[in-house]
Amino acid sequence: MKMNEELKNTLLGPLSKNNPIAVQVLGICSALAVTVELKPALVMGISVTIIVALANVVISLIRNTIPNSVRIIVQLVVVAALVTIVSEFLKAFAFDVSVQLSVYIGLIITNCILMGRLEAFAMSNKPGAAFLDGLGNGFGYAMILVIVAFVRELFGSGSLLGFQIIPHSWYEAGYVNNGLMMMPSMAMILLACFIWVHRSLDKDLQEKG
Amino acid sequence: MKFLKNILDKLEPTFSEGGKLSKLHSVFDGFSTFLFVPNHTAKSGAHIHDAIDSKRTMITVVLALVPALLFGMWNVGYQHFLAIGQEVGFWEQFAFGLLAVLPTLVVSYVVGLGIEFIIAQIKGHEIQEGFLVTGFLIPLIVPVDTPLWMIAVATAFAVIFAKEVFGGTGYNIFNVALITRAFLFFAYPTAMSGDQVWVRTRDAFWWGAGEPINAFSGATPLGQLATSAEPVAAFHNIMGDPIGFWDGFLGLIPGSVGETSTLAILLGAVLLIVTNVASWKTMLSVFLGGAVMGFVFNTWGPDSAVAHLPWYNHLVLGGFAFGAVFMATDPVTSARTETGKWIYGFLIGVMAIIIRVLNPGYPEGMMLAILLMNIFGCLIDYFVVQSNIKKRLKRTTIK
Repeated sequence: MKMNEELKNTLLGPLSKNNPIAVQVLGICSALAVTVELKPALVMGISVTIIVALANVVISLIRNTIPNSVRIIVQLVVVAALVTIVSEFLKAFAFDVSVQLSVYIGLIITNCILMGRLEAFAMSNKPGAAFLDGLGNGFGYAMILVIVAFVRELFGSGSLLGFQIIPHSWYEAGYVNNGLMMMPSMAMILLACFIWVHRSLDKDLQEKG
Repeated sequence: MKFLKNILDKLEPTFSEGGKLSKLHSVFDGFSTFLFVPNHTAKSGAHIHDAIDSKRTMITVVLALVPALLFGMWNVGYQHFLAIGQEVGFWEQFAFGLLAVLPTLVVSYVVGLGIEFIIAQIKGHEIQEGFLVTGFLIPLIVPVDTPLWMIAVATAFAVIFAKEVFGGTGYNIFNVALITRAFLFFAYPTAMSGDQVWVRTRDAFWWGAGEPINAFSGATPLGQLATSAEPVAAFHNIMGDPIGFWDGFLGLIPGSVGETSTLAILLGAVLLIVTNVASWKTMLSVFLGGAVMGFVFNTWGPDSAVAHLPWYNHLVLGGFAFGAVFMATDPVTSARTETGKWIYGFLIGVMAIIIRVLNPGYPEGMMLAILLMNIFGCLIDYFVVQSNIKKRLKRTTIK
């Protein structure tokens, strides 16, 4: 029973209490860069989830054979291989999105969430748990990306996933899309708002005193 | 006044602790201290009181803004009737401007004060008076044709994210009115720049409608310079007639409502300096910085129309004077040490002219220059204080 409880925490913890973006404030750079529209944000979220889950499993499998002094290099090689696979896959099957994401798919290698999970979890846990941890953190990351991208695309372009949501009659009545939403600075403020709401709802996250 | 005081005295028990409306006591407090000098001061012991508190400081600034507002209103009407080619008297021009500007003022105050009231109730503290000035500044630094809902959105954004999240009045890093303008500028660029927004060509409350005449062009002088292809451009008013330094000084040019008349702004500046509310050092050093940088560009600058603009013209065009007098001197966001004020103001002037001349995307650099220097205000103070400490340490004999 205790084991199950722990595994559940590993999977679901990163969604809220231990969220990689909102609580640990990792992976901010890509969260600001790819959230102008919902579609690239979704693809980015899924890519990171797949990569972090698989990398966790691979590193966890070979964790006892990695010499401690070169472990970062080994982790990088594993992540780089996975990133290349995902990048090639996107180029083959979703070329438009891969153009939109440009360098940010390649830059997943430098995403702090990956290195953080590999170092903190995969190096000292069994493959099964590591897989769940990777999934959880990937989903936690993707969730924030989708929320931010939802707001930015809705108010910045008036659409969601490319479909026009705000009716044309509004534009004729004088409504104008908010240009600030298209800029990374607004993504930063939206993230801050999310963290604000998140912390005020969850007493455990607030500092004492 | 006696009548008002009686009403307030009668109402007080309802709002104080245990009263029916005790939840709203900060609203009551806000109104009563707005009208009368608050009497919650220390009752015993020797205390020296100055009659000036932040409410009275704010009211002085608002009074200083009145000339710029009144002139701005008249100018809105003047430019409007010029654009539609009608000859009307002074009062018609003023009345049109009043009708055009007043809604902006009302929206800015209602939204801003509404948020302040709500936050004061949530936090359970007094209503802070900082918005009195901010709400007055906002209509003065936006084009007359800015849609009201945009002003509402921008004001709400600025009050919440530039002020309240930092802790309210007195804790903000950036000037709140300028954040409102910056939000508008980046979120709705089409409503804040170009040649369509500075002169109202449609009616105000169904009055004064007309078609703009053929020669009409609503670009501001700085806007004309930024888009000019000739190395030495002569700017012109909305009718196509050439204008010069004195038109800019008097303010007979299109622009944001309160910024056009350097004369009206200087009248306000005199009041601020006489009452010691704002620092003359900051104001003077902004003008100095602008003049020096303008002169540098005149002499060694790139070969563009705006770089060739004589340095004294820079000081009377666009928001330069308004920013120098009312924005740079904001006691919260500017440097506080006396030496710091000179450095802070000088760099604002320099930055504003650099942005104007070197970045054709921003014909006016004053807003960005002040916001940029807001960040450095505290840093400048820190170094001034540190250098003073070092100087005095050298003088000590005891090691």
